[in-house]
Amino acid sequence: MSVGIHAFGGYVPKARLQRGVIAEANAWFNPGLRGLGKGERATANWDEDAVTMAVEAARDALGGTGGGTGKDGINGVFLASTSLPFQDRQNAGIVAEALHLGHALQTMDVAGSQRAGTSALLNALQAAGGGGPILVAGAERRRTKAASPLELTTGDGAAALVVGDGDGIAKLLGHASESIDFVDHYRGQDETFDYVWEERWVRDEGFMKIVPVAITRALDAAGISADAVDHFCFPTPARRVAGMLAKKLGMPDDSVRDNLQGTLGEAGAAHPLIMLASALEDAKAGEIIVVAGFGQGCDALVFEVTEAIGSAQPGHGISGYLARRREETNYMRYLAINDLMVVEQGLRSEVDKQTGMTTLYRNKEMILGLIGGQCRDCGTLQFPKSNVCVNPNCGAIDSQDDHPFADMAAKMNSYTADALTYSPDPPAYYGMVQFEEGGRGMMDFTDVDPGAKLQVGQPMRMMFRVKDFDTKRGFRRYFWKATPDGAPKSAPKSPRGGE
Amino acid sequence: MATGIRDKVAILGMGCSKFGERWNDNAEDLMLEAFTEALGDAGIEKNRVEAAWFSTAIEEQHVGKSGIPLAMALRLPYIPVTRVENYCASGSEAFRGAVYAVASGACDIALALGVEKLKDTGYGGLPQRSRGALNDQYWSNMSAPGSFAQLASAYQTKHGVSRDDLKRAMAHISVKSHDNGAKNPKAHLQKAIDEDRVLNAPMIAEPLGLFDCCGVSDGSACAIVTTPEIAKSMGKTDLITVKALQLSVSNGTEVQHNSWDGSYFMTTRTASKKAYEEAGIKNPREDVSLIEVHDCFSVTELVTMEDLYISPEGGAIKDVMDGFYDADGKIPCQIDGGLKCFGHPIGASGLRMIYEMYLQMQGRAGERQRSDEPKFGLTHNLGGFPHQNVCSVVIVGQEGA
Repeated sequence: MSVGIHAFGGYVPKARLQRGVIAEANAWFNPGLRGLGKGERATANWDEDAVTMAVEAARDALGGTGGGTGKDGINGVFLASTSLPFQDRQNAGIVAEALHLGHALQTMDVAGSQRAGTSALLNALQAAGGGGPILVAGAERRRTKAASPLELTTGDGAAALVVGDGDGIAKLLGHASESIDFVDHYRGQDETFDYVWEERWVRDEGFMKIVPVAITRALDAAGISADAVDHFCFPTPARRVAGMLAKKLGMPDDSVRDNLQGTLGEAGAAHPLIMLASALEDAKAGEIIVVAGFGQGCDALVFEVTEAIGSAQPGHGISGYLARRREETNYMRYLAINDLMVVEQGLRSEVDKQTGMTTLYRNKEMILGLIGGQCRDCGTLQFPKSNVCVNPNCGAIDSQDDHPFADMAAKMNSYTADALTYSPDPPAYYGMVQFEEGGRGMMDFTDVDPGAKLQVGQPMRMMFRVKDFDTKRGFRRYFWKATPDGAPKSAPKSPRGGE
Repeated sequence: MATGIRDKVAILGMGCSKFGERWNDNAEDLMLEAFTEALGDAGIEKNRVEAAWFSTAIEEQHVGKSGIPLAMALRLPYIPVTRVENYCASGSEAFRGAVYAVASGACDIALALGVEKLKDTGYGGLPQRSRGALNDQYWSNMSAPGSFAQLASAYQTKHGVSRDDLKRAMAHISVKSHDNGAKNPKAHLQKAIDEDRVLNAPMIAEPLGLFDCCGVSDGSACAIVTTPEIAKSMGKTDLITVKALQLSVSNGTEVQHNSWDGSYFMTTRTASKKAYEEAGIKNPREDVSLIEVHDCFSVTELVTMEDLYISPEGGAIKDVMDGFYDADGKIPCQIDGGLKCFGHPIGASGLRMIYEMYLQMQGRAGERQRSDEPKFGLTHNLGGFPHQNVCSVVIVGQEGA
């Protein structure tokens, strides 16, 4: 029985910090950073984390939220990241709630290594034969020290893949893993930043010696010769390494995929999946994709793209989200929203943000899933779902069925840019957002470009974001926000297991 | 069939503390200041007050919950004291409670007293606080100015008004209120300003600049009410009576149903219509002498002129720019400076508005006294947000008017 990838999607945060700005700001300290000061890196907004980015990538892959459970629905969510917001509260479970996938499914966080992305994918493929489909998401919000080389080479982003029985759009031909305690960098418990060993050693003894072993074994298992590889996804920002590996293994020079260093940066455990999602956007039927993940060893997976690829494009894809971009040239803003400097937040920021777990639990569909109601008597859509229909001409009691709002078309009725209320990135934009088929809410906006001119009536779409940080207790609240819907779109596909 | 409150209750006495940044006073000091003036004005002893309604909105910043703080501050003789809170309409709510108590015959003399001590937060503007356990998890991160600012974009869109024209009318409103406040010795802000200063002020919540926003103040105001018969038996003449008491509360239609366009207050339209009916006012533009509205923000005052059916829909900008609502216009609005300049100690604000009507109708308003004798005075409070609010409309007037 074959297994394969059935759908894929990606997500890249909108702000692209210009590396030249980082390099110039820090050149007084380390002039050598100028050598890395080219291109841009994707930078998560203050209200994004691995969970929210995974949700967006998954929506991109699934064609929205929903998907139900059972035979055609999603039976598992695996989330891979080394920057998960919760150490003990399953992060994949939040993703599943936000995606409104129901509760009869398996969820799992995969962490602890940059290899987590490929390990999650590989395990999902192994489990999917009979237990699928499984949604695998990799997401990373990198934490790096100011003026470190990593600050310049890393980036934030996510990808999601739906794997299951059958060939799908990319059939798994073979795979192999090497596990070896090669410590190119590490981050101990409660440490914020990576501790990194010399890159020349990492290249010569790590990449060049460990990776070829895994890829050779995977190609052997797949029965594919190296020269037949069309897309080689190797997620390192180190220059020329992927090319050197291709040469060493006998893969064609032009099989080496762009590591997205110029446009996104290296997104940790998510990066092999991001590169794979990017390759799938370009791949044609019959082509061979090799993806590897490196970290205390190496996973290598070999896929063959099928005819079904033509009908399975994501909502935006990595390319679509790369095109949805805002050049960020304000390094201070980046430092502030990444907690890399102490900013005067003002007394208004001091309000206690304790969240009642009981309140959240009984309202989880509403808060995490953006589930409202539809009145059976008059058809009116409303958020939140309530006991009494809001339609002034109806007022029926206990008449509402669940209705998901996250993917509905919406427009903006009124707005403000509020400089008074506390926001990590002022001014706070919010306003009345109205769903075209019914329902509305006074919602926070996110990803509004600084100085943007908003227009009443402009289209908006929902994004899953952090609402508040409870800094006293290490908790964070999630909810949905509206963003100006300017992202370039390709035609939505009908997802496997979609609504 | 209910006949309404018209002329059933008279104001026996009123008091109002100086509003402002009362750094060295507790809420109790402000309460006593207002109450002492009202008792003297009424010409009664404290023990004649049989029941009291006490309004505060952000009690956790000063006196705490319940009616006890009022009873203790004034040493009331173990009478009923009910604390009321209904956002910024709290003061009008206290008044409603006291007036209804007298009208019902349950007591002869009742007190409504409101107080707020807001300048103990460490920052300007309203205190930032929880909105409720579930609301905090999904309401937008809005401030008062940001929620009222929404009116501007919706109003502009509905009526095809340019931002500049709207901003200028808003500026006129604030300049007018500062002119009026400058003549009011109890006002928080007593300095006149000009239009340029308003238009060039720092932005608070687009398009509301600093001078489009009222400040928050410390202050207290109160009313002692009784029946017209009792007032007359005490030798009072030229009574000011209550003509209408209306309250309208959002049920979620604005924020959850797509029938509201965001440019006006459903509550104000509902409450004002009922209030005019209760007061027997057929044509408010002709019959109302003075109005004190909830000008928390200049744009609120602007749209309220239409919601009170005084300016035609879409016509408020013209009326404002024509000076219709200036102190020497047809219907002065905020002749005491309004929330904008008299100040906005939330629990006291509704009573402060009635206090001004009471002074104006008795010819006791000093430098800001209206020369035409006012017949009907309308006061209006909004609490909450345009998309979800409480609106009170009170009409007082000369007995028999």
